[in-house]
Amino acid sequence: MSKVITKFTRNVPHWQPRVTPVDLQEATEEQLDALKVTPSNTKVSDYVLTLAHDVESLKVRSPLFNGIMYDKGGMSRAERELGALAASMVNHCIYCAAVHAMRHAQLEKSTEVTDALFRDGVNAELGPRDRAIFDFAVALSECPSRAGREQMTALREAGLDEAEILDLVLSSSLFGWANRLMHVLGDPVRTESEEA
Amino acid sequence: MGLDTTATMIAGVAGDTPVGRAVETRASIFDMTQAAEDAVLRPKDPGPWSHALRAGLAARIATLNSDAELAARFVADAGEFAMLADPANDGDAQGVSAVVAFMDRVAADTRNVAVRDVSDLQAAGVADADIVRLAELNAFLAYQIRVIAGLRLMKDISA
Repeated sequence: MSKVITKFTRNVPHWQPRVTPVDLQEATEEQLDALKVTPSNTKVSDYVLTLAHDVESLKVRSPLFNGIMYDKGGMSRAERELGALAASMVNHCIYCAAVHAMRHAQLEKSTEVTDALFRDGVNAELGPRDRAIFDFAVALSECPSRAGREQMTALREAGLDEAEILDLVLSSSLFGWANRLMHVLGDPVRTESEEA
Repeated sequence: MGLDTTATMIAGVAGDTPVGRAVETRASIFDMTQAAEDAVLRPKDPGPWSHALRAGLAARIATLNSDAELAARFVADAGEFAMLADPANDGDAQGVSAVVAFMDRVAADTRNVAVRDVSDLQAAGVADADIVRLAELNAFLAYQIRVIAGLRLMKDISA
């Protein structure tokens, strides 16, 4: 038995699909190509097998995700993770929030920021630069976006340059996308043995 | 490269400006964003969701996000589904009310999406693969709309 988790955590849960993923044994050539399945690499997550139902999107998605989160220059990787986390908190995507809070903590070698955010939510006490980044990403993630002059001015006053702001726009927007797949198509779960 | 995409054109980003130069350093990301738009709005294999229906749903999601300019761009390709751009239209007349209800919820009330939203579509006879197609369309638009909103702010509120 597994239990759906509803509280934010850095302890990354399992993702349990609400739809039936593609069966690797029955996958088309195009799906296998997009899944990067080779004789030496047959491990594919349920999440990616679920997305393989829309193979044309899956093919462009992975390089785009990697580019936005990992391309050199611009905003630091930890700050891009903070943008991703802000979006995931707005959309209440427990799985994405866990993955990106965990990465933020690893990159910063500190759990201070993500502890505060999970404990106190949007009112958490943050340094001025993290505050400006988090507030902008939260506002941009609402539907419709609430980001405006106030949040953009705060980013510039916190010292972010044009390239860094663009990376924040991209990384927080990207999680508007990822959250609507992860949080819609499946549940974050733990098995009973993990709970015990 | 990077400036001839839907996102940069709708946001009005010009080449020799601070925002335009920042976009050019991330040109491959903007080009891949355009490729992703093609994959969700004009896929080679659209399944049961025609290009016109996808454009109508995209226009609706842009409207829900208060982006009239982007909505108008998608409406131009929506044909008989152009009416869906108006969130007051529940899609019943077009025979897509279950799809429209799902798309509205995922776009505008994401945090409260639950297993019921998916099972309602399954009960309406939508195959799992086609639910994933709808989610990808919705999810991509959430991204593109926010990139445009962010670019507009960068452009309008200069350093």
